[in-house]
Amino acid sequence: MAISEQDVRHVAMLARLKLTDEQVGQLQGELSSILEHVATIQNLDLEGIEPTAHAVEVTNVVRADEPRPGLDREVALLNAPECENGYFRIPRIGSEAGDAS
Amino acid sequence: MTLDLSKLTASAVRDGIVNKEFTARDVVEASYARIDAVEERVHAFNELTRELADDVAAGIDAAVMAGEGLPPLGGVPVAFKDNMNLVGTHTTCSSKILQNYKSVYDCTAVRRMLDAGVIPIGKCNMDEFAFGSSTENSAFGPTHNPWDLDRVPGGSSGGSAACVSAGEVVLSLGSDTGGSIRQPGALTGTVAVKPTYGRVSRYGVVAFASSLDQIGSFSKTVEECALSLNAICGDDPMDATCVSRDTEDFTARLQEGATGLRIGLVRDMLELEGVDAEVKAATERAADMFRTLGAEVGEVDLPSAQHGLAAYYVIAPAEASSNLARFDGIRYGYRVPDAEDVIDLYTRSRAEGFGPESIRRIMLGTYALSAGYYDAYYGQAQKARTLIRRDFERAFRDYDVLLTPTSPTVAFKIGEKAADPLAMYLSDVFTIPVNLAGICAVSIPCGLSANGNAPGLPIGLQLIGDHFAEAAILRAAWAFEQEIGFDTTSPWLAQTAVAGRGPLAGTGRGDAEAKTDR
Repeated sequence: MAISEQDVRHVAMLARLKLTDEQVGQLQGELSSILEHVATIQNLDLEGIEPTAHAVEVTNVVRADEPRPGLDREVALLNAPECENGYFRIPRIGSEAGDAS
Repeated sequence: MTLDLSKLTASAVRDGIVNKEFTARDVVEASYARIDAVEERVHAFNELTRELADDVAAGIDAAVMAGEGLPPLGGVPVAFKDNMNLVGTHTTCSSKILQNYKSVYDCTAVRRMLDAGVIPIGKCNMDEFAFGSSTENSAFGPTHNPWDLDRVPGGSSGGSAACVSAGEVVLSLGSDTGGSIRQPGALTGTVAVKPTYGRVSRYGVVAFASSLDQIGSFSKTVEECALSLNAICGDDPMDATCVSRDTEDFTARLQEGATGLRIGLVRDMLELEGVDAEVKAATERAADMFRTLGAEVGEVDLPSAQHGLAAYYVIAPAEASSNLARFDGIRYGYRVPDAEDVIDLYTRSRAEGFGPESIRRIMLGTYALSAGYYDAYYGQAQKARTLIRRDFERAFRDYDVLLTPTSPTVAFKIGEKAADPLAMYLSDVFTIPVNLAGICAVSIPCGLSANGNAPGLPIGLQLIGDHFAEAAILRAAWAFEQEIGFDTTSPWLAQTAVAGRGPLAGTGRGDAEAKTDR
């Protein structure tokens, strides 16, 4: 299963990774060879087989709906690259034209 | 007083402190003295926690002075894989993106080890985010195998394996998503267990593939492995997938040995391409040995298990790509300093913060989950996972324990497989099906290679048990260990442990076992 350069760029966008042209080229080859190996499962007769998402059966697990303390604000912000007035600080979202993409 | 931790079991350390033969402080000194002597060559650690260790040791020595008893692992020096949170340490996952991350809460398994009395020595090197089988994918450089410093210790928990093998600590914790405890255990001649999915809380371990991840331990002996499981297993309200069960003493039935156990050698997987002839022979010899140990030994096939690798390399990256979406440069982790807007911040922080294997897995997982490919890859892989589960269900109707090699080869050279991701992935062909089925397995050393290209390297035997059948695999492992008497000290370590660092008379491993035999 070969994957195109365009596919690699599309997936990188979905994964929010800004790749260099060199990385795109290398990943195209590597992902193609991994997908070729992985594609062997498509030859298995899996008609009517239930998928497994979880190997050990558990039913819904709930706890008592009681308030309890979470992380203190200072602790939650301890690892923040930038913060201000008790908030995480981020650069602006979207362009000046108002395009939110 | 200088102790040689490579010759002391956890029980010997605890008993020595209780009997006032030495102090917890002596144990800490011995651990860091060995680290000073070997760490430059081994590089098992990302961070040392000397202050925490001194504090815990002082508390233990005060308790002993006051005539109080010690918990089961009191005074035992332990290391934790660097994807487990512990307040007062960094938790980096050996990644640039978390290089400066400080833990803000404790991982449940780490907390339980501390409650059992262990002394925290440091945090161990690993493949970045646990992606790898060699510990070469670390942003901080590779870990070296104490059996041959030019070779890998396996991975991803390579640091946790190497520090036990090198006698820097007595026990360590690792995490296993597709073999990341058992394969390094095999390559370093240590006892390495992946418990049943749901046995051990995953709270506080940085998530890789949430339906597969499980914490387990490294040790030199099976008894210590059982003691570690006693400490870390159990329900946790912070992990909804943790299974509520009565607590079990995993040491209780060890000495029943292999008598009466039904043990199945997995024949078809042994014939897979790429399995080293010596590894295959050692596995067959082990099956024969179990017969002499009183087990009922037969052969069994797992026809779908060989497709585990392909299913895994869809499921695990898919879950990983989703789990790693949280590293966005906003709340923690690496952030580019000059982002134009928030998308620019995400895309460049992630591309610069993640290493090559992490990027590869995120890309693979995102592709497999993307529109148009989901059914062909993720959907099929989940169905293949069902077939693998059924293979094991069938096998466990006839057998209590299944035998395979842990790794198809002994330790390989650093750099040997680094350029070919797929070749590296094949290292985990025997371990991956166990994670997919959510069952338990332990790797124990079963001999040394004699091959001219790679002589004198440990070979690992994998004992697989059904869900929650840890007691059975540990019984078999214990019996086997007594029978072969594997020397866990590598020749390099024996030379490095210079005169004057010999084991303290009366507290050596032989005596420790004699004590437990009573």
